[in-house]
Amino acid sequence: MTRRDALLFVFVGFLILGTGFTQSWNSALLILNMGLISAIMALGVNLQWGLAGLFNVGVMGFVALGGLATVITSMPPNAEEWSVGGLRVIFGLLLGAGTIIATIIARRRMSKGRARTFATLAILIGGFFLFRYVFDGGVEAIEAVNPASTGYLGGLGLPVLLAWPMGGLLAAGAAWIIGKTALGLRSDYLAIATLGIAEIIIYILKNEDWLSRGVKNVVGLPRPTGVPYEIDLQNNAGFVERAAGLGLDPATASTLYVKIGYSVLFTVVLVLLLWLAQKALNSPWGRMMRAIRDNEVAAEAMGKDVTARHLQVFILGSAICGIAGAMMTTLDGQLTPTSYQPLRYTFLIWVMVIVGGSGNNFGSVLGGFLIWFLWVQVEPMGLALMQLITAGMSDGFWLKDHLIDSAAHMRLLTMGLVLLLVLRFSPRGLIPER
Amino acid sequence: MDFLNAIVAFANFVLVPGTAYGAQLALGALGVTLIYGILRFSNFAHGDTMAFGTMFVILITWGFQGLGISFGPLPTALLALPLGIVLTGFVLIGTDKMVYSFYRQRKVKPVVLVMVSLGVMFIMNGLTRFIIGPDDQRFADGERFIISARTFKEMTGLEEGLAIKTTQGITVITAVIVVAILFWFLNKTRTGKSMRAYSDNEDLALLSGINPERVVLYTWLIVAALATVAGTLYGLDKSFKPFTYFQLLLPIFAAAIVGGLGNPVGAIAGGFVIAFSEVTVTYAFKKVATYILPDALAPDGLLQLMSTDYKFAVSFSILIIVLLFKPTGLFKGQSV
Repeated sequence: MTRRDALLFVFVGFLILGTGFTQSWNSALLILNMGLISAIMALGVNLQWGLAGLFNVGVMGFVALGGLATVITSMPPNAEEWSVGGLRVIFGLLLGAGTIIATIIARRRMSKGRARTFATLAILIGGFFLFRYVFDGGVEAIEAVNPASTGYLGGLGLPVLLAWPMGGLLAAGAAWIIGKTALGLRSDYLAIATLGIAEIIIYILKNEDWLSRGVKNVVGLPRPTGVPYEIDLQNNAGFVERAAGLGLDPATASTLYVKIGYSVLFTVVLVLLLWLAQKALNSPWGRMMRAIRDNEVAAEAMGKDVTARHLQVFILGSAICGIAGAMMTTLDGQLTPTSYQPLRYTFLIWVMVIVGGSGNNFGSVLGGFLIWFLWVQVEPMGLALMQLITAGMSDGFWLKDHLIDSAAHMRLLTMGLVLLLVLRFSPRGLIPER
Repeated sequence: MDFLNAIVAFANFVLVPGTAYGAQLALGALGVTLIYGILRFSNFAHGDTMAFGTMFVILITWGFQGLGISFGPLPTALLALPLGIVLTGFVLIGTDKMVYSFYRQRKVKPVVLVMVSLGVMFIMNGLTRFIIGPDDQRFADGERFIISARTFKEMTGLEEGLAIKTTQGITVITAVIVVAILFWFLNKTRTGKSMRAYSDNEDLALLSGINPERVVLYTWLIVAALATVAGTLYGLDKSFKPFTYFQLLLPIFAAAIVGGLGNPVGAIAGGFVIAFSEVTVTYAFKKVATYILPDALAPDGLLQLMSTDYKFAVSFSILIIVLLFKPTGLFKGQSV
């Protein structure tokens, strides 16, 4: 890091501190926590784009899989649902996976021709109906149990911190499937494939109630060790006394304490991942990846297996996004599938990477904080701007109402402008690759 | 009689909606494929271009309605369509001059242009929401049906009705006209031929004196027309919501890739392949099966392969299957 880079980080730090002084420390910590998570997501995307030149526009899907991992890992198992249909659903899923594996084996074993086509179709169609028969029965039974409060299988009841690596694993699995099909083809095909898989993952989360209650949301996810509940803090005489000593009322003090607890945990993860990413970047492996990115043909001539390396780095980057997704759901304390929007979770992360400087890990971290800060603050700024513009208009005038109502959409506009301006005038970003 | 009823039910719920949707997708995919063939990048802003064009049409339609102008039994939006196309054309050419031309002159990698199109997508999406709002807008007026289900039943005496909405009829007719003009333009006119030449081999085209800026200009104009028409037809048939148009990006790209990127005929075929698969796989065939099969075999379930929520999964699966077995698409497309 040069002195200029350090100054940029200090600048972003001042922006967040400024929020604390002028608005509230609560909002400042909110920005900091989501900034930490965004920085991790940007780190994952930077690994794929900056290091390997892979264009992944399915970040949202991997983030959502991380969220799913939180539910699966940390919620207590629901015994009744398991007894009525749990095994049947698992068996159904295994049948589905078996069908695909059988198809692949059949296609490998049999020689090309009409017989192979028929065998493929027969296995696929037969397998699909068998899968649906077994699976649907189980799902119906599970979703019928107490649908207002549970109606899903629940999780493993493990500590929520384990969900973070779990989220990484789930995302890595999905990335493996996509990478196997789309890598090695033209670069835009990976983009389309990831765009599609992200939408499908969100649809699965919205519709498979047996898995995570769908749009009914899973609420009340447990907190990690070290982060207490506000109400316990407020009932703790010692804490209230110390808060009073700092001149804070117990309610504010407890929310701040909880948020700082999360900040510490997230910072640990970010520093660890940043350290690993720096190590990777400066290792022979990192130099090889950059060589492949800059000239695939030459790298191939040197005996590098381009597709396999791409698959590797694609899985790693997606896993980091999955970890960040699990952390975010832990912070929210609930899984809300409807809140996943591609503009917010995929394209915003891209803006972070480009603005920060693709190919530079510190750049992505900086971009994560800076763009997240802008994303949060542009809305009130837009509203203020609109109020200024419309100040001369009389109340109830349609244009005034319309402009003030639409101020919320200034965000997308600003992000697009920032992205285009950076791509045009500073395509290497704030902290360029070295 | 039962057999006829089955056919009518199938036509009513699969064939007619599928054809209309397929025509809309085909027009969208044509736009994507033209940009890919001539400007050589995947335009992620295409869904939002459609939304933007449709927004113009809606605003003009409201203006006409306010003035009391109508198109008789046809939707007023058709009158507003040419004006909407012109406005969208100006916007796209302006975008090209301000954004894309800079990168084109520097001959950047296609993936950088894709990234730039993401920025354009953000801005268009933001502007659309800013001007017309993120909510559903209905702007269809005029006659609702060509044949309503009840008239059809009275005419034929069948139990099942076949309803054809005016918007569905207009969609198909407009699509046929637009595609005919497009192919005439590409194959017969001088400009069209130079566009195809440029798409086939850029260097050779430049060598033979084709002006690249002119080709690019015409491409954007045609794309503006295609996107506005596709968006307006989709909005008339269903409803206009900016986010839905953004989501259309996936089936449209699937259609263009399945047909072979850069190949106009492929884009049309791809649009119908995707549309019919989506509608067929998510339709509950219980009604049709009840008519055809004897009573003893009547199905208990809905006979629905997948719930309608997974229609995107269908276009995606087809895309993956085609990518695995025929990466250049059903019709031969280009690859960079």
